[in-house]
Amino acid sequence: MYKNFLRYIISVLFLLGVSGQANADFKVGFVYVGPTGDHGWTYQHDEGRKAVEAAGIKTTYVESVPEGADAERVIRQLAQSGHDLIFTTSFGYMDPTNKVAKDFPNVKFEHATGYKREHSNVSTYSARFYEGRTLLGHMAGKMTKTNVIGYIASFPIPEVIRGINAMTLAAQKVNPDIKTKIVWVFTWYDPGKESEAAQALIDQGADVIMQHTDSTAPVQVAEKAGVWSFGQASDMQRFAPKSILTSIIDDWAPYYVERSIAARDGTWKQQDTWHGLKEGMVAMAPYNSAMGSDLVKEVEQLQKDLASGKAHSFTGPIYDQKGNILVAEGSVADDGMLAGMNVYVKGVEGDIPQ
Amino acid sequence: MSFDLNFIGILIGAIMASSVPLILAASGELITERSGVLNLGVEGMMIIGAISGFALMVITDNLFFAVLGSMISGLIISIIFGVLTQSLLTNHVATGLALTIFGIGMSAMIGKNFVGIPGKEFPLLFVNLKENIPFLGPIIFGHSVILYFAFLLPFLTNYFLRKTKIGLIIRAVGDSPTSASNQGINVTLVRYSCILYGGAMCGLAGAYLSLIYTPQWIENMTGGRGWIALALVVFATWSPIKVLIGALIFGGITILQLHMQAVGLRIPVQLLSALPYIMTIIVLVVISRDSRKIKLNTPTSLGQIFYKEK
Repeated sequence: MYKNFLRYIISVLFLLGVSGQANADFKVGFVYVGPTGDHGWTYQHDEGRKAVEAAGIKTTYVESVPEGADAERVIRQLAQSGHDLIFTTSFGYMDPTNKVAKDFPNVKFEHATGYKREHSNVSTYSARFYEGRTLLGHMAGKMTKTNVIGYIASFPIPEVIRGINAMTLAAQKVNPDIKTKIVWVFTWYDPGKESEAAQALIDQGADVIMQHTDSTAPVQVAEKAGVWSFGQASDMQRFAPKSILTSIIDDWAPYYVERSIAARDGTWKQQDTWHGLKEGMVAMAPYNSAMGSDLVKEVEQLQKDLASGKAHSFTGPIYDQKGNILVAEGSVADDGMLAGMNVYVKGVEGDIPQ
Repeated sequence: MSFDLNFIGILIGAIMASSVPLILAASGELITERSGVLNLGVEGMMIIGAISGFALMVITDNLFFAVLGSMISGLIISIIFGVLTQSLLTNHVATGLALTIFGIGMSAMIGKNFVGIPGKEFPLLFVNLKENIPFLGPIIFGHSVILYFAFLLPFLTNYFLRKTKIGLIIRAVGDSPTSASNQGINVTLVRYSCILYGGAMCGLAGAYLSLIYTPQWIENMTGGRGWIALALVVFATWSPIKVLIGALIFGGITILQLHMQAVGLRIPVQLLSALPYIMTIIVLVVISRDSRKIKLNTPTSLGQIFYKEK
């Protein structure tokens, strides 16, 4: 009997301790899908977290959290242990985030790359990576000699298809003869499979390789084979110094700092953010001088135009593979169309796997 | 898209490279199983070999030490399995599964500081011959020394099991540990040695992945290859030469499906990744219908605990 009583006392004390802590200082939690040292997706989110820390706000993180039942447990635990704002940084955390948000109305949640905001304390945010893909396409179209561009794709979701289309459209603009060959690996992160895919594309005649997967394996294969490549999510230049023309960098730091401060000061409001080159959420690593100063200048100009809105990645006329018009001449694709993109544009080989 | 002879040569070369970890791990496991021990910890020993090899490469900057170290660490991990199953007489299946889970967790912990470090170039042999001889060049030349060793290993294993005295002892222990023991053979010692050998080979298979195939360390980078190696031993009906053939088939499936995609052919990727296991089940069904063939190579005491009464 007294044992149960003791347990009760202890748990009450524990809860008091936890809630007392929550009132005392403001804390931000992060949930990562990979290890912080992946030098890709998670690495960049962690850089953002460090910026929040540098702004004088306490943070904690949990890395390598599988998308699924574990995610909900981890998010719930962060919410319970006195975190006031929680960033969940992978698409697969969408439902768990909303589920936990329902039970913790006083905690703010921010979910990356998702679209569900079922409760008023859930915001979503993502970056317009496709703007970076447009620049990659421009370079790829100019640099290829075989006119075959190899693309390692992860999962057939709108974000990945959008990247393939943006790249192909930009490459076609500078080189109408190019073909985009795609290999789906059905993983975000499997260096063995990614490097086999890169090698297969190179063997099939691709002399420019790009990836929508997170490991550095493809650029290393490209370096060895002497073909061009592009880094993903963070600057991968040191893994393939000769081969990499540039990397698309995800810069979450300003957003994380802004939102953390807003939450601390009580000005946080639910919103849906989709930032790109203009706001700096998508940034480009230094351009490789091997592509020649003229091309570097061209790309830098294009980058400025995309940022200022003078150019748009999806400017009509755009046709799908069968030749049906998707975007009329003179207009650009709206965000709704971009968010749900599920067809290839003309010039991409093959079909989207189901 | 060209299907000229040289391209086919390159394709075969790529298939060979992808089958190396399977050959190494399966050949090691084959010896272990022929002595009557079922070690399901292949995946765990491989991943430990992968991280140890990579970590030693970073620390010592010496590829020889890295390869040697990966084998030793695979061996050390397998000692745990040996002590548990041979000395403490625990269940083989449960212990092997535990070893895999332990290996994956342990390697992730050791590997924390080695993520994101670029690997070192592993020397490839006869690279100029590879480029100058069409078709045969990319098949025979331009590989790492470990690949040549892996392709020799099944033949050596075959000879060892069939023609040497130690090979005969291992088979005797695997088929009937009681009779072997009555003949004065130290069953526990033989089984220990076979477990350690299997561990070392799995470690080497892991090092091939982290040092040569994708020179870097990534959590869980073996990606289920250990399980395929285990299936491969059964698929090969415990014959070393068939391990080689099976590894080429299993490796070929992965490489070909990527090439088929690049060409634009539609194939369900999920089905292809399940194919090695489906084929193993088919082989199991086929061999169980022909009892003469099973008896030929299957160690009859596989997975059974041997206890010598004193």
